[in-house]
Amino acid sequence: MLLTISTTHRPATDLGYLVAKNPARCQSFELSHGKAHVFYPEASEERCTVALLLDIDPVALVRGWRGPSGDGEGLLGRYVNDRPYVASSFLSVALGRVFGSAMKGTSKERAELAATPIPLEIELPVVPCRGGELFLRRLFEPLGYEVEAWRLALDERFPEWGESAYFAVRLRIGARLADVLTHLYVLLPVLDNEKHYWVGEDEIQNLLAKGEGWLAAHPERDQILHRSLRGQRRLTRMALERLLADEEPDLEAREEQAARTEDAGDERLSLNEERVAAVLAVVTETGARSVVDLGCGEGRLLRALLRQRSLARIVGLDVSPRALDIAADRLDLEKLPPAQRQRLELWQGSVTYRDARLAGFDAACAVEVIEHLELDRLPAFERVVFEHARPPCVVMTTPNAEYNVRFPGLPAGKLRHGDHRFEWTRAELEAWARGVAERRGYAVRFAAVGPIDPEVGAPTQMAVFTR
Amino acid sequence: MSALRVPALSLVVLMGASGCGKSTFARRHFRTTEVLSSDYCRGLVADDENDQSATAAAFDVLRHIARQRLAAGRLTVIDATSVRPEDRASLVALAREHHVLPVAIVFDLPPKVCQERNEARPDRAFGPHVVRQQSQALRRSLRGLQREGFRIIHRLESPEQVDEVTIERQPLWTDKRDHHGPFDVIGDLHGCHDELVELLERLGWEREGDGARHPGGRTAIFIGDLVDRGPASPAVLRLVMAMVEAGTALCVPGNHEKKLLKKLRGRDVQLSHGLAETMAQLEREPAELRERVASFIDGLISHYVLDDGKLVVAHAGLKEELQGRASSAVRDFATYGETTGETDEYGLPVRLDWAAEYRGKAMVVYGHVPTPEPEWINRTLCIDTGCVFGGKLTALRYPERELVQVDARKVYYEPARPLAPPPPVAADRPHDLLDLGDVTGKRVVETRLHHRVTIRAENAAAALEAMSRFALDPRWLVYLPPTMAPPETHKDGDYLEHPGEVFDYFRREGVARAVCEEKHMGSRAVIIVARDTAAAARRFGVASESAGVVYTRTGRRFFANRDDEHAVLERLRKALDRTGAWERFATDWLCLDAEIMPWSAKAQSLLRQQYAPTGAAARAGLSASVAALRLGAARDDGSLALLRRFEARHACAERYVESYRRYCWPVDGVADLRIAPFHLLASEGKVHTDRDHLWHMATLGELAAVDPELFQATLHVAIDLHDDEAVERGVHWWQQLTDAGGEGMVVKPLDWITRGRHGLVQPAVKCRGAEYLRIIYGAEYSLPEHLTRLRERGLSAKRSLALRELALGLEGLERFVAREPLYRVHECAFAVLALESEPVDPRL
Repeated sequence: MLLTISTTHRPATDLGYLVAKNPARCQSFELSHGKAHVFYPEASEERCTVALLLDIDPVALVRGWRGPSGDGEGLLGRYVNDRPYVASSFLSVALGRVFGSAMKGTSKERAELAATPIPLEIELPVVPCRGGELFLRRLFEPLGYEVEAWRLALDERFPEWGESAYFAVRLRIGARLADVLTHLYVLLPVLDNEKHYWVGEDEIQNLLAKGEGWLAAHPERDQILHRSLRGQRRLTRMALERLLADEEPDLEAREEQAARTEDAGDERLSLNEERVAAVLAVVTETGARSVVDLGCGEGRLLRALLRQRSLARIVGLDVSPRALDIAADRLDLEKLPPAQRQRLELWQGSVTYRDARLAGFDAACAVEVIEHLELDRLPAFERVVFEHARPPCVVMTTPNAEYNVRFPGLPAGKLRHGDHRFEWTRAELEAWARGVAERRGYAVRFAAVGPIDPEVGAPTQMAVFTR
Repeated sequence: MSALRVPALSLVVLMGASGCGKSTFARRHFRTTEVLSSDYCRGLVADDENDQSATAAAFDVLRHIARQRLAAGRLTVIDATSVRPEDRASLVALAREHHVLPVAIVFDLPPKVCQERNEARPDRAFGPHVVRQQSQALRRSLRGLQREGFRIIHRLESPEQVDEVTIERQPLWTDKRDHHGPFDVIGDLHGCHDELVELLERLGWEREGDGARHPGGRTAIFIGDLVDRGPASPAVLRLVMAMVEAGTALCVPGNHEKKLLKKLRGRDVQLSHGLAETMAQLEREPAELRERVASFIDGLISHYVLDDGKLVVAHAGLKEELQGRASSAVRDFATYGETTGETDEYGLPVRLDWAAEYRGKAMVVYGHVPTPEPEWINRTLCIDTGCVFGGKLTALRYPERELVQVDARKVYYEPARPLAPPPPVAADRPHDLLDLGDVTGKRVVETRLHHRVTIRAENAAAALEAMSRFALDPRWLVYLPPTMAPPETHKDGDYLEHPGEVFDYFRREGVARAVCEEKHMGSRAVIIVARDTAAAARRFGVASESAGVVYTRTGRRFFANRDDEHAVLERLRKALDRTGAWERFATDWLCLDAEIMPWSAKAQSLLRQQYAPTGAAARAGLSASVAALRLGAARDDGSLALLRRFEARHACAERYVESYRRYCWPVDGVADLRIAPFHLLASEGKVHTDRDHLWHMATLGELAAVDPELFQATLHVAIDLHDDEAVERGVHWWQQLTDAGGEGMVVKPLDWITRGRHGLVQPAVKCRGAEYLRIIYGAEYSLPEHLTRLRERGLSAKRSLALRELALGLEGLERFVAREPLYRVHECAFAVLALESEPVDPRL
């Protein structure tokens, strides 16, 4: 990974004093994941360029690797990865180590120059920008930088693969070197949205110190905090409180807002809530005392069911052990009082395998579940639920595909979620559900969930089976 | 000296006052582990065998152990006073719960004897009133024991008698495990005498007196419902009774015999369901026959367990937990089956489908419910093919598993409900629904190749998610391929992997000949192709328009686009037509192991999210670094070494990109695909692991000959491992292959299954090319400082995994080919997937 900083301040070679590295010779420094080298590609009166070159050891890197969350492509990602080549938190750490005094704004020989804005040009050949060029500009332009960015192709031999998330970036500014170094220190990991070290409370102090004088007023402040603290809401909130002291009373609302922008959008969240409410209402209405939530995921419906005092027994079933762990965590299972705790159980199970434990419930819910099954697995689902478990009431919801045209960001023909195997129109759900009801001796009715569009219906459709 | 009869599987309750000698008796006649003593259990829970306050807890422990033993089918003796009915009630209930006979051995001794013995023991310091009361209680209850449910009661009245008797363990009436057949099991007859005679002839039986005898020493088994509805019940009875009496046949009772017996014994039963016909026919016979029939039926045993427990016959079938047990529940199930209590539209009882949930090891053959064709459901077979209703009379030859059938000469009786049409092949075969219990928790899978393979519970949990969310319909997943180990690491030089180590490994294991096969860089695929949709439905139970499927090594559908799958299968089917494979293998389906190229067709997301970005970043970052260093080096010699180093790194990055590019080309439909099949895994009745790899190469090479555009033959060379020159040629062959951009090669012992010094030898070892390894170990792995560290890799976990997965994969195929139930086949594929979640270095 390479970073070059050039100046045309005269004499340009004074840059060497500012970074406290002699332009005449190459110097090397040991870092925890490799080496940093400092050298000067050019050093004349008119123009001087200092280069910081990171030589990250990819083999050592793998041994201490903390993978990106939700590493979907398997473990090989660890061994073949971009870390040694891109501007990332490794570069920030190296900047702190190698240009520490310059970042503080101190210089033994040129104290005055260190405090003076000078013309500076920064070049970074590979900057990973999660959020694209626009986000890059929104980070640097408010601080006075002139930004030039060139997007790298994934592979010029296969133009159909499209472009990469990397940019070659050139920044120009007239500013104190210390400020520029600090900005880079904070903002490069924000662009990358990844950190190679564990982020804890210490990081807040570090961030506030580096952000002093510019971060509080930065228009992308919330995003910068959020990403710097690896999306940990508690930390983000603490940092905001300390950053803003008492000027912003309504922090909670702000933080919600930030979280929502991170998620897929406001509409989604409220639709979720509506779905939970609609299902809960049906379950309550039947007078059920026991209910199983098939495909409970991270426990959104379970939380609502728990609040329903009339339910003596609640079981969340999911095929993913990880989802169940998250559900246990979110529902604070370990801390629930015993009387509450014994109402709820979480089981790993699958809706395509017959499961003797599922017999005897008053109601079963399958909220946004069937669309995650291949169509040819639905008969197995039908038999597990309607032939063997046979609860008196089954509540199911699934997207209404007709509504998809109302989602502005959703290209025609695309499904709402990457794991959806199908999305049904209202007629398709009805046809299937009526078949099930007839085969299995149930009555079925249908309902809409979410705002109803006169033309395409509501975003979610619900089928309620009773016998 | 008299012997007390005790059924070999029973709950024996010793009863008598303290000091009557129960424990001594138990020790003398039963194994220590068979005897559960309440005193001992008191000691377990209270450290004091006489602590009466611990009695309740002690009995909990005792009953718990008894329950486990009885569930496992082990004789159990209860050594407690058990003098009061309330003490015994829970024991009788326990026996019923597990369908074993409760046996009472009563120690009815004079209280004085017990008292004297107790006085001699310091730990029994209770007064004489205790024994007196116990004796009285026992006396009082003696007469009621039968009513309480004890089937066998032995009473011992003196110390001498106690000392004198012996215990004789008697096998249960149902236990014919020593009878190994061979058998001809014959379905419901209902008075169809002509058809029975024809069937026996066809089975090779010869008439002998009233009965029949098979020259091959076979035994016939009649599964009941000999009578009613049909034209000649007396004749059928005569023949069957004569065969049973002559010892050439066994017979279990059907519900119609039970009802006939009631009628013959003068009970008031409705003359419905064809009983009237039987009675009318019997009226025309001499009275002795009726008496003979009654005593014959009375002597019939509900079911039989035969041939070391491998075969069970019962009229209406029998659940696993009832087999070889004795209780009225067992008899009722065996004769009448289990119903839901509801009736269907024809007024007939709705039956519980026990067979769909059957997971027992024994084959169960039964009748009772007429079906048009016998169909195996989880190792059970119903052979009532409704002869009297104009269907067929069916016999199953065991152990051959052959069906022999005779058509009914006419419709003798109109069925109340039309014979069910053959079960639809789609989703509704009842036994095609798997049970969570078939796959979850810690599991041990028996394989014929590699003993037992243990699956850890957490791996099964991971596999459940993968299987449920991503895998195909389990009916297709008859095989998942094993992982493959690389060779030992090359010790020095520029290589991490080199053929030398591969050949050395096989030579050390005593392998004489090996095949080197080109390793295709694509994606592994298992292809199942049936001759047509009917064949797919028949054999796999799946309604499939494409009459086949292509799936990945983790059981996912290979093609995102069904049209592509359809087209590939069509082309394959045509090619197979032309090679005459269907006829040659007498099959209408095949299972192939193949590689489908290009890699980019399947690995798009991996390429776009991992390989290409890393390449783009590496090239851009390193070329900029080299450019800057050139300028720097021009000013300062100190950075010259650095420049050289970064030039080397940059070259690595360029070569890395070249490496993955070789395996990518744009795919716009089937025309751009290449398929290289390398194993012909299985066809009807056969897993082809007995053929060597040259046979597989040659046989599959024919596909490339008839459709060279889609199919690609695999380059290969056979090598004599004892010939150093040949081995040298093998190394050279690999070198040429990889120099030309190939991924590498796979070396296999010529035979599929080879055993060496340490048991099973790796079925294949891969040797990857130096350039290819950049996409595995990282672009710069070849730099000396990295290579040194990468050489420290451990292979044992990977090798062991490869063998276990191989054993499981082939086990699944063997089971499928042997037409074992779906859950038995699925168990193997599931286990392979579970093993794949074990943490093993993915670069190996």
